[in-house]
Amino acid sequence: MIAPALPADIDAVVLGASAGGVHALSVVLPAVPAAVTASIMIVVHVPRDRPSFLKDVFMRKCALEVREAEDKEPIAPGTVYFAPTNYHLLVEQGPELALSMDDLVHHSRPSIDVLFESAAEVYGPRLLGIILTGANEDGAAGLRAVQAAGGVTVVQSPQTAHSPPMVLAALREIRPDHVLSLEQIAELLGTLKVRTP
Amino acid sequence: MDAEIAADERSGRQFDIEFRLLIEAIYHMYHYDFREYACASLRRRMKSAMRHFDCRSLSQLQDRVLHAPDAFAALLDYLTVQVSDMFRDPSYYRAIREKVVPLLRTYPSLKLWVAGCSAGEEAYSLAIVLHEEGLLDRTLIYATDINPHSLARAADGVYAIDRIAGFTVNHRNSGGNASLSDYYTAAYDRAVFDKSLKQHIVFSDHSLATDSVFSEVQLVSCRNVLIYFNHQLRDRALGLFRDSLCHHGFLGLGSKETLRFAPRATDFDAFVTEERIYQKRGQS
Repeated sequence: MIAPALPADIDAVVLGASAGGVHALSVVLPAVPAAVTASIMIVVHVPRDRPSFLKDVFMRKCALEVREAEDKEPIAPGTVYFAPTNYHLLVEQGPELALSMDDLVHHSRPSIDVLFESAAEVYGPRLLGIILTGANEDGAAGLRAVQAAGGVTVVQSPQTAHSPPMVLAALREIRPDHVLSLEQIAELLGTLKVRTP
Repeated sequence: MDAEIAADERSGRQFDIEFRLLIEAIYHMYHYDFREYACASLRRRMKSAMRHFDCRSLSQLQDRVLHAPDAFAALLDYLTVQVSDMFRDPSYYRAIREKVVPLLRTYPSLKLWVAGCSAGEEAYSLAIVLHEEGLLDRTLIYATDINPHSLARAADGVYAIDRIAGFTVNHRNSGGNASLSDYYTAAYDRAVFDKSLKQHIVFSDHSLATDSVFSEVQLVSCRNVLIYFNHQLRDRALGLFRDSLCHHGFLGLGSKETLRFAPRATDFDAFVTEERIYQKRGQS
């Protein structure tokens, strides 16, 4: 199966992953071209009592700039932002990043729902939301918000997920635009719009 | 499907309108100013408050809040209460102890301001650091918040005993040279922090949105509070901190907060960059 193409006006991609997420992201993120115009925000559930290693791991694997999100940071094109440990990551009008210490959502902080719902408010139909492998139900409500705002929705296919509960929860919540393997998601991200020189 | 999207769009617009009206209503009725709070997280809190109070819309919640002060007090808890821990981010307190305290020692008397103190965990943590460094006797800590429930809890200094193990580990990791148990008395399921700490802390009502400077201080600690403000309100708060601080006074922020995107950044120099401790610039 050949991966479907994306609408041309995607300005932001939000990704959520939990158990098995680091491996899954290692497959999909390196496929994003360096000259991509979209911004990419990612929540991965990691232990709350340790500093996050995600930025350092993916800086080496990705063609584009990788940062740990800071509060009130303007969202730049062609940049990957990871939610910091123990903070929710949200998108504000601007667009810019915001952090919060609000209660855990689905036992998680950062929570995928919090990122996706706030990004859907700001980006509407110009948003691509992707739920990857994971062992809880975080992200399903968020992906529903992305779809409700007219954005594009992708769920990793359960049979290819290291830990299926999160993608199954998303599939119970909505019928996404695409259900894809990691390789197909990588291919899809490879079709994101790039800067023309 | 298109009809569904249109319905979602309409309910989104309705929420926006009701959200702004509720915030205005709270301001006019109770003088709490949320108008310049960061939208995304406040909207989330409002949505969950709506469910908590079993309201179908924010208009319904507004009706309750306007006509029942008790309902407003409950909503205020919902909108403002923050959970913190004693010595949260131990490396911050270690930096205060090792880098800031040596300079604080040079002042004959000290005033500190914990802005947005919530239930007091941070104010007590700072008091303990100063006690262990022999400075508490000449120190007054102002701990301020807008939520009266939080201030009352903070003044009590009583925490659930099951939180103490975590506090103890944090205290040790912050370089604490005594045992945390020296500072509290355990009673049943609670730990009551000592009067000797409390007598150096003044808990009082102060809003970074509507109130002004009240004292000159050597250190402002305001952690994970400015993340809830929009740019204008954040800049107002930073202006209050600058005007409160003595020359070369210190400002400590939360571990993921930065002045990098603030116009007021030029009022401060980084002092311990990785711990977000800044120093007020001298007048040039």
